[in-house]
Amino acid sequence: MNAARRPAPQPGQDAIARKGWLAAHKWLLLRRISQAGILGLFLAGPWFGVWIVKGNLSSSLTLDILPLTDPYLLLQMLAAGFMPTATAVTGALIVTAFYFLVGGRVFCAWVCPVNILTDAAAWTRRRLAVKANHIPDARTRYWLLAGTLAAAAATGALAWEWVNPVSLAHRGLLFGMGAGLWFLAAVFFYDLLVASRGWCGHLCPMGAFYSLIGKTALPRVAAPRRDACDDCMDCFAVCPEPRVIRPALKKAGQESPVILDALCTTCGRCIDICGQKVFRFTHRFDRRSSS
Amino acid sequence: MSAGKPAAMPEKTHPSPARRRFLTGLAGAAGSGCLMALGAGLYATQSRALAAQALRPPGALPENQFLAACTRCGLCVRDCPYDILKLAAPGDPAPTGTPYFTARNIPCEMCEDIPCIKPCPTGALDPALTDIADARMGLAVLIDQETCLNFLGLRCDVCYRVCPVIDQAITLEKQHNVRSDRHAMLLPTVHSAHCTGCGKCEAACVLAEAAIKVLPAPLAQGKLGEHYRKGWEEREKHGGSLIGDQLELPVRGLEGKPYGDSRVDDTAPPPPAGSALDGIDSGWKP
Repeated sequence: MNAARRPAPQPGQDAIARKGWLAAHKWLLLRRISQAGILGLFLAGPWFGVWIVKGNLSSSLTLDILPLTDPYLLLQMLAAGFMPTATAVTGALIVTAFYFLVGGRVFCAWVCPVNILTDAAAWTRRRLAVKANHIPDARTRYWLLAGTLAAAAATGALAWEWVNPVSLAHRGLLFGMGAGLWFLAAVFFYDLLVASRGWCGHLCPMGAFYSLIGKTALPRVAAPRRDACDDCMDCFAVCPEPRVIRPALKKAGQESPVILDALCTTCGRCIDICGQKVFRFTHRFDRRSSS
Repeated sequence: MSAGKPAAMPEKTHPSPARRRFLTGLAGAAGSGCLMALGAGLYATQSRALAAQALRPPGALPENQFLAACTRCGLCVRDCPYDILKLAAPGDPAPTGTPYFTARNIPCEMCEDIPCIKPCPTGALDPALTDIADARMGLAVLIDQETCLNFLGLRCDVCYRVCPVIDQAITLEKQHNVRSDRHAMLLPTVHSAHCTGCGKCEAACVLAEAAIKVLPAPLAQGKLGEHYRKGWEEREKHGGSLIGDQLELPVRGLEGKPYGDSRVDDTAPPPPAGSALDGIDSGWKP
């Protein structure tokens, strides 16, 4: 209780002291560059007339040749009873193949614009030491995923796209936000005041979908120096999916030091935040470990 | 559905706390997940209506199909050379994210190569539409005859002049002006067989509020019952009336005249030329 008077201890002080600020923010910065860069590719057209990528994350055309379509959207479309033309199917297959290889939730950490919003909410939550935490069950997202497909089938329309904060955010930035701002504000304040990492970590059906196609992804974060862990809990504090760390770090149910859970967004924030350099990026078959 | 599961425990009388936690967690996840999906579905059902003033790009599938087919990517918006199309933000008069235009603000220019259809990845804008004259974005309706200048007997004609399918989609139909009793009224008349719904007429209408408006076709058009047959068409199709010709009964006083000629006195001389009774003035007074 007394701790509430002092500023809350921020995770990462140790890492900054040992590795320097830049090394303690390396993957975070790279991730922000990736998010901003992808958004920039889309914005270069409407803002500067440089048309590299047209459209938005729902469906796009790169350099007038490469079609990309969100496979989750395509699934809703099929559920709604519409068979799209070959372009959309090809685009969805390309995206699926990509995330199948690199990990579905790489989308969440490296591409999705809502991630910036919910990261900001999580950061503010730590700063303000918000205690209230009514976290929904983490499986809710899979039910919501099934529910959105059922809603598409029942209404014969892409029902989820009326409210999907991910497409609302990206489309809003490119084509005009309108009242969509209220939906995003709702996500921010839900994460800040109601549930820690509530949206991305528990509810978002898009994240749920991408976790399903990322079960065998090659690039993974591992904890090869897990014996050096000093139990400071910083990685758990910053991880958007804290439950994925324990099996690799504490050998809970697995020997491999690799974080194999498909819910891991491969954001690399645990690598940054660890003063002991426990974590590193590797591939899923890398079983090298100090213990 | 999963809320009923904890009851099914044949061996143990008391479920273990871990199992109970698991099941209540599962029920919570299922309940809240499905509830949110239900909310989204209801909201989508409520707000799926397209406002009458919001028109879809050329080649758009019928609205109920379009809402399943459109990815809301905006590629059509980007490839419209006149920046006419807009993606609806929440609160706009069209379902969130879908493309539309408002004819009164900026109408469709009816490009011959229809560039907005080409990038559509799903076929929500039907690639089968290759002739823009076949597009049916809506149907123009001269909705207010009380303010239309041509209906007031003036020669505005602007909607007729700007129509890209002039003399087919909009014609001027001559009618006697009863008010002045000496002029013609040229009434702009829309023909659904040719109107593409581009909205040029509505955009150009000189009134403060347009008297001619483009509406979604289902809103603008009537429909005959399936059973309805038009006698004159059937007669032509079959080379004669199907029920036999009409009986011609003699009319007293008109004997010896051709059937249908009801003039009582067809020997009176025509009125002198140049008099007030000449031309279209019938001379009738109440």
